[in-house]
Amino acid sequence: MGTPPPSRPPTGAARTHLSSAPAGTHASRGGAAGPRAHGDPAVVVRGLHKRYDTVEAVRGIDLQVHSGEIFGFLGPNGAGKSTTIQILCTLVRPTAGTARVAGLDVSRDPAGVRRRIGLVFQDPSLDEQLTARENLDFHAMLYGVARGQRRQRREQALALVDLSDRQDAMVRTFSGGMKRRLEIARGMLHAPEVLFLDEPTQGLDPQTRASIWAYLGELRAREGTTVFMTTHYLDEAEICDRLAIIDHGTIVAEGSPDQLKARVGGDVVTAATADDEVAAAELRDRLGVAVDRGDGHLQVTVADGAAFVPQLVGAVSVAVRSVAVRRPSLDDVFLQLTGRAIREEPPDPRAAWRARRGMGGGRR
Amino acid sequence: MTAEPTLGAPPRRPAVARGRAGRGTGYLRAVFVIWYRDVIRYRRDRMRLLASLAQPLLFLLVFGVGLSSSLGGGARLAAGAAHLSYIQFMYPGVVGMAVLFTAMFSAMSIVWDREFGFLKEVLVAPIERSAIAVGKALGGATQGMLQGLIMLVFAPVVGVRLSPLSVVELLPLMFLLAFTLTTLGVVVASRMRTIQGFQVVINFLVLPLFFLSGALFPLGRLPGWMGVLTRVDPVAYGIAPLRAAALGGLVPAHAHVGALTFFGWPMPAPVSALVLLGVGVTMLALAVRGFAIRD
Repeated sequence: MGTPPPSRPPTGAARTHLSSAPAGTHASRGGAAGPRAHGDPAVVVRGLHKRYDTVEAVRGIDLQVHSGEIFGFLGPNGAGKSTTIQILCTLVRPTAGTARVAGLDVSRDPAGVRRRIGLVFQDPSLDEQLTARENLDFHAMLYGVARGQRRQRREQALALVDLSDRQDAMVRTFSGGMKRRLEIARGMLHAPEVLFLDEPTQGLDPQTRASIWAYLGELRAREGTTVFMTTHYLDEAEICDRLAIIDHGTIVAEGSPDQLKARVGGDVVTAATADDEVAAAELRDRLGVAVDRGDGHLQVTVADGAAFVPQLVGAVSVAVRSVAVRRPSLDDVFLQLTGRAIREEPPDPRAAWRARRGMGGGRR
Repeated sequence: MTAEPTLGAPPRRPAVARGRAGRGTGYLRAVFVIWYRDVIRYRRDRMRLLASLAQPLLFLLVFGVGLSSSLGGGARLAAGAAHLSYIQFMYPGVVGMAVLFTAMFSAMSIVWDREFGFLKEVLVAPIERSAIAVGKALGGATQGMLQGLIMLVFAPVVGVRLSPLSVVELLPLMFLLAFTLTTLGVVVASRMRTIQGFQVVINFLVLPLFFLSGALFPLGRLPGWMGVLTRVDPVAYGIAPLRAAALGGLVPAHAHVGALTFFGWPMPAPVSALVLLGVGVTMLALAVRGFAIRD
C-alpha cells in the first residue's frame, strides 16, 4: 500500500500550528462564547432515549454544546456515541426526549437541521470515481450553495485541508488520510453551523491524526464552526474544549479535559512491587488509601504525589521495584467513574486498509 | 504554510447564500445533480460503454447473419413485409437490447453507492428522497438512450436506411424505454444490500424481458400462452414503436411490422409508447417509496 505521507508536517509541527492559530482560537478555547453572537447553544439535548427492539442504546442523555466549541463525546465502543450522533443528524429517530441542533428540533424539522449541519461519517463516503473537485461540487449543489459562491467555498475548503493541488485527481488515488481530509473539507463546504464527526481519526496513522486535529482547530478558528465529535481515543479527547463521557448509554461526567482530570483529585502514583497483593494490603492498612490493582502494578490517587512516594516506600515491607508519579489522564477519569479502563484498540492498519477499499468486515 | 486563508481574517461565519428560490427549484436542482453525476460517470467509464455494446453486436452478428442466411432474404415475417430480411427486422430489437441492458444495470450504481458509503452522503443531504429516485431514473434513461444512439451507427451495415426524422423519433422512444427499465432497476436496487444480489435479480429479469419483447421474432403467430406473456412484458411496448420508427421511416409498408396486436387490432406506436410511459411512472412511484424509508 503506497500511503503518501501527509503533506502536513508531522505531529510536533501540527501541534505548533494549532497553538499559533489566531487569537480567536484561544478566546474560545477558554470556554468563552463562540462567534455566534446571540450565544444560543449549538446543541441542546434533553432526556434522549433510543431503544432498538430489546437494546436500550441511549438511556436518557442531557447535554449542551456551546457555539464555537470543539465538543467531544468520549466512550468505549458500543456506549451509545454513534446512536446519539445519528439522532442529532436526523438519521435515526429518538424513542423519547428532544434534541435541538442549530436552534431546530431534530424531530420536527429534520430538513432544516440537515441544511445547517455538516457530517463526516465513520466510514468513507466519497465517490471514488470522481475527482476531489467533483465530489465537492456535487455536495455544494446538493446543499444549494449559490452558484457564485461555489468556487470560493471549494477553494477555501481545499486550502484548509491542504488538498488544493490534488483537486483534479481521482479520489480513488487518495490515501486514507487524504480521503478523510477531503471529507472534512466537504463537511464544511456549505458553512454548517455544527460539524459532526463520528470517530474522525479511526484507523489513521498518528501523523495524519495530528494533522486532522490541526485542521479542525483551524476550521473553528476561521469559521467559528461548532465541532461535535465522537471518539474512543484519549489523545483525541484531549484536543476538545469540553467532553462528555458516555458509558452504557448515559453520560457519567461532563467538563473540560482539565476539569475532568481534576475530579480524580490529585496525582496518580503507580508502583510495581515484588508482591502487589501484600503491598496493596499494607498500603490500605497503614496509610488508609484506596488502592487500585492495575496490570502488573498498583495505583493510588493522592493529593500530592511527590510527598507520597517516601511514605509508600516506608509502608511497604516487600521490595519496591519502581514508583512513578503522574498527572491523571482521562483514562484515570474513566476508570474512576466506571471502574473500567476505556479499551483503547490501537489502530489496525489492515482494518483501515479494508475500510478504505470498502471491504469492511461487516459485509459479505 | 500553504493554507493561508483566502477568506478575510476575522473568524466569522461566512454567510453562504443558499438557493433562495422556492422549493420547486431546489427539487429540480437536486434531480439535476443526481442525474449529472451519473452522466459524468457514464462518460468516464469507457470500458463499460464498449463492453455493453459487445452483447448487442454479438446478437446482431450471430443471430442476424446466421438466421438471415438460413431463412433466406424473403422470410415472411409479417403480412406485406416482403423484402425485409431477418437482420433488418431484428436490428431495432437489438437497439432496444442495448437500451434495456444499459438502463437496467445503471441502477446498480445505487447498490454500489450503498456498499461504498456514498449513498449516505446523498441520503443526509437536505433534499427530497424522491428527487434521488427521479434523478437516478433520468440518469439511467440518458445512458440507455446514448447507448441506443451509438447502436444506430450500425444501421447502414445491416441495410436499414434511417431518415433524419426516424432518428428524431427514435431518441425519445429510446429515452422512454430506458426510463421505464431504469425505474424497474431502481425499485430492485432500493431493496438490495449487495451488488451480487442485485445482479442475480436483474439477470433473472432482464433475459425474459428481452426474449419476450418481440426483439428477435414477430409476436403475431405465437402459441396462446406465449402471446399472453409477451403482452405483459413492458419491453414489448418499447420495441414495437422503436421498430415502427426505424423501419417505417422510409418504407411506410414496414411501419406495422411487429406491432403488438390485440385480437387482430394492431396497437399504434404512440399507444404502445403511452403504455410504456404508464409502466414507467408506476415504477417510479414504487422507487420513490423504496427511498422514502428512514431507519
